Amino acid sequence: MTVFDAPLEPVAADRIARPARQQVAVAAITFAAVLALVFGVVPALANDYWFSAILIPFLALSLAGLGLNLLTGYAGQLSLGTSAFMAIGAFGAYNALLRIPHLPLFAGFAIGGVAAAVVGVVFGLPSLRIKGFYLVVSTLAAQFFVEWAFTKVGWFSNFNASGVISAPPLLIAGRDFSGPRGRYLLSAAVVVALTVLVRNAVGGDAGRSWMAVRDMDTAARVAGIPILRSKLSAFAVSSFICGVAGALWAFAYLGTVEPHGFDLDRSFQVLFIIIIGGLGSLSGAFLGAAFIVLLPIALDNLAARFLTGVVDVGHLENLEKIIFGGLIIFFLTKEPGGLAHLLARRWARTVEKLRRRRGLAS
Amino acid sequence: MQFFLEVLVGGLLAGVMYSLVAIGFVLIYKASGVFNFAQGAMVLFAALTFVSLVERGLPFWPSLAVTLLVMVAIGLGIERGVLRRLVNRPPIVLFMATLGLSFVLEGLAQTLWGSQVHGLELGVSDTPFEVHGVMVSQFDLFAAGTAGALVIGLALLFNRTRLGLALRGVADDPLAALSIGIDLRRVWAVVWAVAGAVALVAGLLWGARVGVQFSLSLIVLKALPVLIIGGFTSVAGAILGGLLIGATEKLAEVYLGLTLGGGIENWFPYVLALLFLLVRPTGLYGEARVERV
Repeated sequence: MTVFDAPLEPVAADRIARPARQQVAVAAITFAAVLALVFGVVPALANDYWFSAILIPFLALSLAGLGLNLLTGYAGQLSLGTSAFMAIGAFGAYNALLRIPHLPLFAGFAIGGVAAAVVGVVFGLPSLRIKGFYLVVSTLAAQFFVEWAFTKVGWFSNFNASGVISAPPLLIAGRDFSGPRGRYLLSAAVVVALTVLVRNAVGGDAGRSWMAVRDMDTAARVAGIPILRSKLSAFAVSSFICGVAGALWAFAYLGTVEPHGFDLDRSFQVLFIIIIGGLGSLSGAFLGAAFIVLLPIALDNLAARFLTGVVDVGHLENLEKIIFGGLIIFFLTKEPGGLAHLLARRWARTVEKLRRRRGLAS
Repeated sequence: MQFFLEVLVGGLLAGVMYSLVAIGFVLIYKASGVFNFAQGAMVLFAALTFVSLVERGLPFWPSLAVTLLVMVAIGLGIERGVLRRLVNRPPIVLFMATLGLSFVLEGLAQTLWGSQVHGLELGVSDTPFEVHGVMVSQFDLFAAGTAGALVIGLALLFNRTRLGLALRGVADDPLAALSIGIDLRRVWAVVWAVAGAVALVAGLLWGARVGVQFSLSLIVLKALPVLIIGGFTSVAGAILGGLLIGATEKLAEVYLGLTLGGGIENWFPYVLALLFLLVRPTGLYGEARVERV
């Protein structure tokens, strides 16, 4: 019995059926296509509005979703403290870049991520004794404590009166990346690199032990999987990724951010991303993030076109809440694999149909 | 000493309010094993509905009756529309579903009744009076009395009726209850309806205290540590946990707050709850059914 009773990575069966060499070739071609899309096609087509309002937040939230999905979707530990770890990443990177002279930008991001990982492990320690939604208490403690600490302790924000931090100069090897296109490319590079990393981790030893712990920890222990190390490593890797996502959110998307920018609502938002996108699937984080970024914009546009003067901004916000909440219930009851599973099934059905049609024709 | 007592009493009385919310959680958790994150949203929905009805000219008691009906209907709707479809799914999925539910309820409440702050007058004055030199709020005493009446009512329901017997049976062992012919669905429906009613009581008291506004929904975050400390399955534990949290929170704010810079009441209960989890994972009165690794 798996925790989410959803087949993971629904395409996997198809992938395994192919010979190994073909599999590698397919993976290489897919990866090349993704790279071409992310670094070639999208920058050529998008304008500044798309970069700043849609693509950059999409990338940052996808990364946060990816981090949380490792912890919740793969290792089965529910967290409501995602945005605390994002905050630590952002403030950590800010302080590292501020206080260490000549530190490369990416090294600053990495330090922020490591800081988040350390705190993540600390708040993950109770998971060794408690399980399931009891863990919510520990992660909520992290959420409230971190938000409070960044507001109250002046050192973290270099003694800014309201705890606000601003983006460091976004320079890589002397080139300026602070324009919309530059910030997009920067975020995309980070997200692609970490996604590759996560994909390898999930497919390897670490991922298998996380899933074993998620599905049944007693059985995992009997099978010789170190529970302690699996759980804490899930917390560490997940928090690291969330931390880097927080740095991107703060510096590539917002520019300046205050501690309350990383409140509980942001944690919920990331959780919703992975529920809607698909628990326990990598593509789910991206699908969910795209959905959560685009839905409000789509609603705004629809309302502006059809309902001018009828509904105001407050109403739209409430409508959004109802839609998100309803979708979460819908996905949990009807499609626990989320959008990722839904699309994969649609795709498989279409392929099957095409195959059959071709079979009939010949 | 005088000051200490005053802070302590104030905290204890505030804790009663936490307990009030926590009782709603315990009811649902006992009978269906769900930690209902939407309880806070239900409190908000109840208070907002009641206030809006009163403001539209409906007298007190009819408004109360209508709101009660609405809350019971919502409880039944949740059981039928969400919970029944998630039978046999792991608790973490159930929890996430109630999270979604709370968003739906919050959105609905504010779409229907607007999001401005409403005052709520229950006809109980909030003037403090002195008992042996310690200032006590009359309203807080009224709230404590209501909570006491609610607990007695629930205790009677649980221990003196056939329905209560069925409820306890389901709480004890759902499978065994099913096998001797207890209608699980009916029990769940009753429990959710009762939780809706408890949300109404909590909503009225909290609403009168802090105004009827969105933040009512956030008291769920206060109730969570209360439950951890009291134990998820015990009404008495919820009361005690609430008192403990209320008192320590106020004392910590007063005595530690200055050195730490204030505003610690957001996270202090959670740290307290965490310590409790490490020492006594079942809470003060909980049953030893917490899944351990």
